[in-house]
Amino acid sequence: MYAYDEIDRTLVNERVSEFRDQVKRRLSGELTEDEFKILRLQNGVYLQLHAYMFRVAIPYGTLSSDQLRRLAHIARRYDRGYGHFTTRQNIQFNWIKLAELPDALADLAEVGIHAMQTSGNNMRNVTSDQWAGVAPGEIEDPRIWSELLRQHTTLHPEFSFLPRKFKIAITASDHDRAAIKIHDIGLRLVKNEKGETGFEVLVGGGLGRTPFIAKTIKHFVHGRDILSYVEAILRVYNQYGRRDNIYKARIKILVHELGIEKFSREVEEEWQHIRNSSLQIDDAVIEDIRSRFSYPAYEKLPHMPDELRQAAADPAFEAWRKNSVAPHKVQGYSIVTISLKPVGGPPGDATAEQMDALADLADKYSFGEIRVGHEQNLALPHVAKRDLPALWRALDKLGLATPNVNLISDIIACPGLDYCSLANARSIPIAQELTRRFANHELANLIGRLHINISGCINACGHHHVGHIGILGVEKNGEEVYQITIGGRADENAALGNLIGPGVKFEEVADVIEDVVEAYLALRERPEELFIDTVKRLGVEPFKERVYATR
Amino acid sequence: MPLVKGGKIADDTFTRLADDAPLPASGDILLSADRFVKDTDALLARAGKVGVIWPNSRDIDELVPHLVRLAAVALVFPTFRDGRAYSQARLLRERYAYRGELRATGQVLRDQFVFMLRAGFDSFEVKKQADAEAFAQTVKRYSVFYQPTGDGRVTALHRRMQLRHSEGVGT
Amino acid sequence: MTSPLEQKKIRIAGPSVVTANRTWDGAVIYRTAARNWSADLTDAAIVRNSDDAKALLAESVADDLGAVGAYIAPVQVDDDGTIAPGNLREQIRRTGVTIGLPVQV
Repeated sequence: MYAYDEIDRTLVNERVSEFRDQVKRRLSGELTEDEFKILRLQNGVYLQLHAYMFRVAIPYGTLSSDQLRRLAHIARRYDRGYGHFTTRQNIQFNWIKLAELPDALADLAEVGIHAMQTSGNNMRNVTSDQWAGVAPGEIEDPRIWSELLRQHTTLHPEFSFLPRKFKIAITASDHDRAAIKIHDIGLRLVKNEKGETGFEVLVGGGLGRTPFIAKTIKHFVHGRDILSYVEAILRVYNQYGRRDNIYKARIKILVHELGIEKFSREVEEEWQHIRNSSLQIDDAVIEDIRSRFSYPAYEKLPHMPDELRQAAADPAFEAWRKNSVAPHKVQGYSIVTISLKPVGGPPGDATAEQMDALADLADKYSFGEIRVGHEQNLALPHVAKRDLPALWRALDKLGLATPNVNLISDIIACPGLDYCSLANARSIPIAQELTRRFANHELANLIGRLHINISGCINACGHHHVGHIGILGVEKNGEEVYQITIGGRADENAALGNLIGPGVKFEEVADVIEDVVEAYLALRERPEELFIDTVKRLGVEPFKERVYATR
Repeated sequence: MPLVKGGKIADDTFTRLADDAPLPASGDILLSADRFVKDTDALLARAGKVGVIWPNSRDIDELVPHLVRLAAVALVFPTFRDGRAYSQARLLRERYAYRGELRATGQVLRDQFVFMLRAGFDSFEVKKQADAEAFAQTVKRYSVFYQPTGDGRVTALHRRMQLRHSEGVGT
Repeated sequence: MTSPLEQKKIRIAGPSVVTANRTWDGAVIYRTAARNWSADLTDAAIVRNSDDAKALLAESVADDLGAVGAYIAPVQVDDDGTIAPGNLREQIRRTGVTIGLPVQV
């Protein structure tokens, strides 16, 4: 956990009071909506179909139990009793009143949570691996650097009015859980031959209308130079990124139009001017940030406690353990993923009661810490293995023990046309129907790892391009039509999916997905070959043939 | 449009000169980049200060050779959403050591004052009278700054190190 | 921002209303014939040609303080005068999400 000090608290409070004044000026007519819009966006406030939506940042996906309780309080006091966890380590509330927002922000500020730059054309919430600090084999805790970047990007005097939004993600494990290749800047923490910490820097990834996988711009930037290097990228982007066309304004387009070589030369030239400036970070600064992350005092525990051995006899427990419990870097502990994908439920939603109860469970079993992942699930990062059976029973009572993590019903979906003013088609009902179709756990297990991602419009908040199966809702002649892609992935081997055929109607989507899955089961070489690997081996055609033969 | 300079509403000593307007014999003038570039020597030879309005789409490098003889550079915010002039301002101040007046023009609103100050602007053609009047109070809104810029304010990282050091000395 | 009036020529294909969200709480509202706003679609002023639509939108947009993001939306009007949203998006705005909410209100 990162503990805010007086300096961080002061800034957040100053921000709240500024926004209170801005809301007051808006409601009195001193500010027009045109003037106010950008100010509210910079504080996470969108206008959606039914109401304002409020997006709160959970930097690098780390929450304390008190913070989670406060989010529950926001849901209860200012909203309709639930919140929605997003694909970028944020939580959204769907029914907030503008007039009450300053109070909600003030309540959040008390526990060190803010909504700064969760929307608008600025640097968004810096995201990271939800297993940061606990994953075995991790090079170093990436949250130290995430926090450094969080501070540096907050209210940046030069880059708060960029051509378009700007997203940074950091990972420090071989397996990329932070989807860095679909970010404007992706940072992969590495060590050089001297054992010094630095980053492979990737740039120009992003989804939306024109998806790109990020390209490596520099193989090693020393940790002490990371702020100046990021600043150089942003300075080039701020000056040369397109502002004439909103769809061409992201850095990915600039990188694409210039080419990565030319773009990197521009950055390099800028960087040489500023790398030896006050942006250079000395070790003491890093150590200071590191010192404000607290790590649990782990006990010395056995690898296989009796409690776990006994519980293994219960098939329901075992089903959950097998897909929700992951190895921890400390013996005797586990990382537990909490599925927010119940059968028939909206992906990523949690009620205030669930949040409160989960905060209590975190206190009891996870040193008061909760994590939020881009797959729209939560995690308890430090659970003693002996506590797993008790935790499972408690989660099950709360409806939070659906044993489907990484399986086909662990669907990522944007809010879609049910909530979002940009959407052209609904996402949530599609996800709900699919979770019902694949509710049978044996079937889901037989299928194995398979990620379905659903977006309700081309802006791709559901990351459909990088779903093993991607579903994109569009509108055609007043009807919802869904385009289906296969073969995308968001991890270290990130790739964009390919269309398998013409769009299908709302009612047909679940049938088509069932056909795709049946085709996979028939086509795979052996049970261990994952869907994504079969698609890679065979391409789209055999799937297309089977799915569209009868249509 | 009120001008804020030195933290207060002030008279603008510069007259904006249209591209086709005759050059006055004396007095401070503010003119377009095109006219300035075309006629630099004649402009700088006359009595009276010269300032240039530099578009946010034009490379600042072109202006650099003239900086020492310019009394003012006005950078442009065509809308407050277009942030290119923040980069230009920092480059002028921090890389090219420009010390003359650096003026923000265009859609300059209260809610951007702090960003502009930090980027190096020291005068502001403010769109609304009420915003100009609220300048002094608005720029006091923040006391914590995470990024180092040419305005020399102590950053949060540095303040922490100072605090830590002073604690260390005491123990 | 360009005003919605300048963005494109306004042409409507059938009966339409002007809708927006209320500034202070974001609630869905409709422009009434009395130049006010109502949360009830049945109170909405209905326009049937492009000139009237443009005029209604113009005076709606002028109320920047009361409403955000006013635009023209299609409606269906039955023979008996019953008015209904003209597309799924507007249906959802009127009657709410098409899914069960996690917490019933």
